[in-house]
Amino acid sequence: MQSVNIIGAGLAGLSTAITLAEQNVSCRLISLQPSERAQSVLAEGGINASLNTMGEEDTTEYHFQDTMKGGVYLADPNAVDALTKGAPQILQWLEGLGVPFHKKNGVIMLRNFGGQKKKRTAYAKSSTGKILMTALIDEARKFESAGLIRRFPHHEFLRLLMNEGICAGVRVRDRYTGQIWDFSGKVLLCSGGMNGIFPHMTTGTTQNSGDVTATVFSQGALLGNLEMLQYHPTTIGISGKRCLVTEAARGEGGRLYIMRDNQKWYFMEEKYPELGNLMPRDVVAREMYFVRRKYGGSVYLDMTGLSKETWEQKLSDLRDEIIQYLAIDPKTEPIPVKEGIHYFMGGIDTDEFHCTNIPNLYASGECTCQYHGANRLGGNSMLGALFGGRKSAQTILQDVQDVSSDFPTESLVRENEPYTEEASPILIESISQILLEGLGIVRNAEQLTQSLKKLKSLSQERSYNLREQNRLKLAEAMLLSALERRESRGAHYREDFPEKDESFRKVTIACRKEEQISITFRNLPERRSSCKSP
Amino acid sequence: MQITLKILRRESPDTSPYWQSIPFQTEDENATVATALTNINSGNGLTDTEGNAVRLPIQWECSCLQKKCGACAMVVNGCPVLACNAQLKQFGKSSTITVEPLRKFPVVSDLVTDRSIIFENLKTLRLWFAQQAQTDGDIAYESSRCLQCGCCLEVCPNFYAGGEFFGMAGFVPISRILTALPESQKQELCQAYRKRLYEGCGKSLACRNVCPAGIDIDKLLINSNAVAVWKRFFRKR
Ligand SMILES: Cc1cc2nc3c(=O)[nH]c(=O)nc-3n(C[C@H](O)[C@H](O)[C@H](O)COP(=O)(O)OP(=O)(O)OC[C@H]3O[C@@H](n4cnc5c(N)ncnc54)[C@H](O)[C@@H]3O)c2cc1C
Ligand code: SF4
Ligand code: SF4
Ligand code: FES
Repeated sequence: MQSVNIIGAGLAGLSTAITLAEQNVSCRLISLQPSERAQSVLAEGGINASLNTMGEEDTTEYHFQDTMKGGVYLADPNAVDALTKGAPQILQWLEGLGVPFHKKNGVIMLRNFGGQKKKRTAYAKSSTGKILMTALIDEARKFESAGLIRRFPHHEFLRLLMNEGICAGVRVRDRYTGQIWDFSGKVLLCSGGMNGIFPHMTTGTTQNSGDVTATVFSQGALLGNLEMLQYHPTTIGISGKRCLVTEAARGEGGRLYIMRDNQKWYFMEEKYPELGNLMPRDVVAREMYFVRRKYGGSVYLDMTGLSKETWEQKLSDLRDEIIQYLAIDPKTEPIPVKEGIHYFMGGIDTDEFHCTNIPNLYASGECTCQYHGANRLGGNSMLGALFGGRKSAQTILQDVQDVSSDFPTESLVRENEPYTEEASPILIESISQILLEGLGIVRNAEQLTQSLKKLKSLSQERSYNLREQNRLKLAEAMLLSALERRESRGAHYREDFPEKDESFRKVTIACRKEEQISITFRNLPERRSSCKSP
Repeated sequence: MQITLKILRRESPDTSPYWQSIPFQTEDENATVATALTNINSGNGLTDTEGNAVRLPIQWECSCLQKKCGACAMVVNGCPVLACNAQLKQFGKSSTITVEPLRKFPVVSDLVTDRSIIFENLKTLRLWFAQQAQTDGDIAYESSRCLQCGCCLEVCPNFYAGGEFFGMAGFVPISRILTALPESQKQELCQAYRKRLYEGCGKSLACRNVCPAGIDIDKLLINSNAVAVWKRFFRKR
């Protein structure tokens, strides 16, 4: 039996590898850096599941509805149905792996998170990602030792090996030795978000460069909803990046205000009495943008009302971090916050089983366009990565018999490989600037067209290596997707089309053929009746 | 702020290392060694203080840039630190800062070292749950925070790569597992604990002061020792 090649060893990659190994299927777990360095370790606030431990009569159906509504009905309802129904089992699995969730009398406690009416977010202080990752890494180690998971922890994805339109394997480079290898077999992409496209502006890691997505795009993979970037409302600037202030700060009672006529105006609470500061992120970020435009100055996050117990037991790490970076104690003083690029709802297009349009190529985790529609709810992405990882493994297990390949299983490449040349930091910065102008929190056709023009002239400035060309093309596809979606939905807000338009309740699909990019819209399926609750 | 980074450079393991001093200027009050390396790498046509061209990029590893992933561990002014947590201002406004790769691990290139041995050691310890388990909340939490950065190993007098003793980077993660195993499954891991960790440790706790994650090492040690060392001791008597 052939091995499966997994690109990326964050939550999604680990979850897939473990699921395959549980069924005795071996895989190569290939990543630029060891799992300990993956962006997943940064996740803070928690993971969602309707465990219903807080006496609020929560159900998987409510979780489904909140997720669909939060994503403004742009997610695949059947995929979300499976996700939300599968969530309690994922939590059970994690608990069995020894994850120390915050508990009371042996029961997992849940906290409030944005866009959800019930307490549904399980957590370990505000270091949930790190704590989950440790448990999964230990579990994966068990299978490494059994020879079922083979790690390639300093290996970089270069490109897919294609054979008449079918994915036959992957070419990777060992960053320590410079050796290039061809690995045959099915390929599963778990390469994370495209944060590296926005250095300085992202809460994530620039090591998730977006190169994997850009390359497979050039090799024929379809990308979906690229215009859907999530700006997290509460971040602070630290040297070289934006540092997240977890939504849990508001979940536990933090309040946003701006100074209006010399008085604190808690604008979210006044405008949205039901969910207040915990409206979905797209709404909060947009409101912050508007109040700042009108009244000037900063928006502040006021956590001074949080109890001593909350600070000690639930957010001590957050407090330490803010004191270190801002020299402000959030327990006694509000902190200025601003939006930062946080999550990519769009990415590699897959069906609900995590298959891409290329046979033998699968994708899960943040690199996909799956589960979150036009806006992701906090706590749903770790769930999406873990559940998606298990789901894609199940899909692969189902058709693992029919693997065939003309490539030898593992071979050292001696020919010249153009993909090893990296993109220049100056170009990366220029592309980021152009994108930020076009793809801000508030967008319009004029700005987008302007950005496209700038990108075009940048493309013609000099000759570029392959990775640089692919980045330029990916950036173009992002702008074109935003231009073509002539409505406002979730994270995509168009001043010139401020309303939601039902005819656009479709997935924006970007397709690249050589130098040509086309944008089309794919219909979403209806929720299968068998999925609906009685 | 005008500083000079004196960096120990090495193109590959087969070439000899050499020092290179590179001037760096910034207005960013909170700039770190990581900021400096990023900025230097995005310039071009740079010369060092002696007028020689600087070979770019300076190889180094990073990921989170907020001291949560351990990628950027290196030796700054003689101490192992995370580059993204080493603020330049603490060294004075116009100073020379030495930057070297971790010394306990083989150098790959410039500031990149191959720390695979840390992960290999955890495999040797057989650090996993064979079956489903429930952990002790506080200990498991603290233990899970280890970045596997290697700073503690850098200052440890008894650790060397490939040696019998695994150091604090083994002590910390083992406690999540050790303190949660049922009695019947403990024996093997307790034995590994004593052999690879407890017996080789001089208990000077030099490692405690450099841990960039500020892990409560005392608490973990007390609990693990209670499980793997003292219980056995009491039982014998
Ligand atoms: C600061 C922060 C806080 C967050 N908080 C939460 C939260 O509270 N709750 C929640 O649900 N979500 C949260 N998220 C989002 C969530 O953490 C991520 O969406 C999720 O962890 C993504 O997991 P992943 O496995 O898809 O990707 P990642 O963990 O990003 O892993 C990507 C993997 O791909 C590898 N890779 C990338 N490029 C290459 C390449 N070219 N070659 C080889 N390998 C490559 C990387 O090395 C890595 O191993 C947060 C995100 C951030 C940034
Ligand atoms: S206490 Fe001393 S010998 Fe023991 S791990 Fe720490 S530095 Fe090494
Ligand atoms: S114990 Fe501290 S210093 Fe040692 S590897 Fe873990 S985080 Fe790094
Ligand atoms: S880059 Fe992650 S700890 Fe420095």
